[in-house]
Amino acid sequence: MHPIVKVSNVIKHFKDVKAVDGIDLEMQQGEFLALLGPNGAGKTTLVEMIEGIQQPDSGEILIDGKHWAGHAKELHHLIGLSLQETHFIEKVTVKETLKLFASFYDLPKTRVEEVLELVNLREKQKAFVDKLSGGQKQRLALGIAMLNKAKLLLLDEPTTGLDPTARREMWNILMRLREEHKISLILTSHYMEEAEYLCERIVILDKGKILAQGTLSEILTANNFHEIIEFSFKEKDVNVDFIRNSGLGRIDLDDKTLKYKLFVSDIVVQLPTLLSLVKLNGFSMKSLECHKMTLDDLFIEMTGRRLDQ
Amino acid sequence: MQSSLLQLIIIQFKTFAREPEVIFWSLLFPILMAWGLGMAFNKENESVITIMQVKNDQYPDPSFRKFMETATEIKNINSPDGKAKERDVTIQGLGTTHYKVIDGTWEQAYVLLKRGVVNLVLEERTEGLQFHFDPKSGEAKASYLQFSSILKGKQDDLAQAMIKPLSQKGTRYIDFLIPGLIAMGLMMSTMWGISYSLIEKRSKKLLRRLVATPMSKSSFMVSQFVARFVLCAIEALVLYLFAKYFFDMTIEGNIPALITLFCAGFFAFCGIALLLASRTSNTFVGNGIINVVVMPMMLLSGIYFSYHNFPDAVIPYIQALPLTMIADGIRGVFLEGAGWAELVKPILILSTIGMVTFVSGLKVFKWY
Ligand SMILES: Nc1ncnc2c1ncn2[C@@H]1O[C@H](COP(=O)(O)OP(=O)(O)O)[C@@H](O)[C@H]1O
Ligand SMILES: [Mg+2]
Repeated sequence: MHPIVKVSNVIKHFKDVKAVDGIDLEMQQGEFLALLGPNGAGKTTLVEMIEGIQQPDSGEILIDGKHWAGHAKELHHLIGLSLQETHFIEKVTVKETLKLFASFYDLPKTRVEEVLELVNLREKQKAFVDKLSGGQKQRLALGIAMLNKAKLLLLDEPTTGLDPTARREMWNILMRLREEHKISLILTSHYMEEAEYLCERIVILDKGKILAQGTLSEILTANNFHEIIEFSFKEKDVNVDFIRNSGLGRIDLDDKTLKYKLFVSDIVVQLPTLLSLVKLNGFSMKSLECHKMTLDDLFIEMTGRRLDQ
Repeated sequence: MQSSLLQLIIIQFKTFAREPEVIFWSLLFPILMAWGLGMAFNKENESVITIMQVKNDQYPDPSFRKFMETATEIKNINSPDGKAKERDVTIQGLGTTHYKVIDGTWEQAYVLLKRGVVNLVLEERTEGLQFHFDPKSGEAKASYLQFSSILKGKQDDLAQAMIKPLSQKGTRYIDFLIPGLIAMGLMMSTMWGISYSLIEKRSKKLLRRLVATPMSKSSFMVSQFVARFVLCAIEALVLYLFAKYFFDMTIEGNIPALITLFCAGFFAFCGIALLLASRTSNTFVGNGIINVVVMPMMLLSGIYFSYHNFPDAVIPYIQALPLTMIADGIRGVFLEGAGWAELVKPILILSTIGMVTFVSGLKVFKWY
């Protein structure tokens, strides 16, 4: 069986920006994949090339083994999508919008009713699109994406800008989808938790390139120093060179919290060493906590920038 | 489930019906305009001539003083002292002219000339009564000729001239105006309705979303045009019926030819609208582009006033504008009893314009 999506060495420039800079990606049927990256990483450009909306400058994209050229009709039926930002026609109701899109796929009326239930918009079916909340608009966009029971679903930042409740509701719908159907999903996001929660496979993108990919634990353990000791001193302006030169691991100061982050391979081994070093140098700690590395930490470690900036 | 074309058309109609402004601007506004302008220019006999007099009691002009003897005093906001004198003069065949005479100095006269309140200034001087006016203004000249004849006591000469008042249907201003308004409504409705809404749909990424489905692109375009055509037809019909019942207007010529011309005009404007909307996704740019095309036609094509006042050299170009062709064609059928023979040429040209702009617009149309 061929992969549902195969992207080979795809490059896309905009003037002097390399939006997508040589990406290879393969996705099997039934897989849920998250493209995680900060703004401008190239997520939208990559996804829209897979959707056939944009054309790559070079490289090859195969959907279910087929090129867009020559198979557009077929592939339109195979995929469902929501764009990063779409405004549907304002003075048209939720149900009318779904009906309109359903007509493009020759779907029966009952499918509109089903989708209204699936995305929890039954109560809002008669509301005009411009009267919907952000979460409801995103659910409508998701509903449209789901109409044709596509094999491959592509959702571009479906929860950006939503409050936690609305985001949770979106996640629940997607989780149900994951359990009930054998569909494949590509979702872009700059929320680590979203990628973790919904997708078994995560691809971290930055500046048009793939930084890391795999399951969450694969990505994190690929890095040797995947545990973190976070601490601060009672004293002011401590020179931490004595820790930096100890070989325990990399140490960073978080500007926001004013806490130090020490990236170590094994807390059990390195924590006692750290504590005795601090004591030996005559300092005392104000706070101390240990945790496993998150994707956010990893991204900061690799790029020096935050994921959700 | 209904076909997607039908769904697209239904959605278009629903958006029209749900935007009350659409109804106002496309149906009510043209009627208000026709009614307003029709009434303003239809008032009978009320012609007013306002004159400024710069008096000089040392050299009174007897004929002018005599004219003023029977004038009565009125309040006048334009006059420096808030007062003026008025007198009606009726000449057989010319109707009644209402003269208003304002007193003042030369400086005051200049101000009122500049403001367009008066176009004739009389000054009493040693050498006699002087008339000051702009000889390039036809209206000022007419005021001068009429008033000086009256002062010279030659008003009978004016009346003796063979005067046959035109009040026949088809020669009134409203007769000229209504076909122009119908043509202009067609242009405005298609250019703004189609061009602007396409650009807006592109800027909101709706076009991009639509073509990521199996929707047929031609169905989409056709739905835009069909819905708009129905609206345009209603608009024209309402305007015509209004003119028919309110101003007693009739169509003299061939109605099927008229309808064909209307359709060809619609097609031409649809093509132009599509071409204009084919690239930009910025509604401000779109606004500008549409204005650049619509404004000159609105001003030149003889909608409100005949374009025959423009220099002869530019008239052929004006006549080649689509709006002129439509307005002249409709006027021909309404007023001059024109039929297929007269309309074949504009119909063919308009259809060709429509075809060329439509095909090229569709070719370069940016869906993403
Ligand atoms: N149509 C475009 N024209 C010019 N630059 C673009 C265009 N689309 C995207 N870019 C640039 O390409 C880069 C990647 O953008 P995008 O794919 O939208 O990133 P993301 O979706 O991850 O935020 C950005 O630097 C963006 O400015
Ligand atoms: Mg994006």
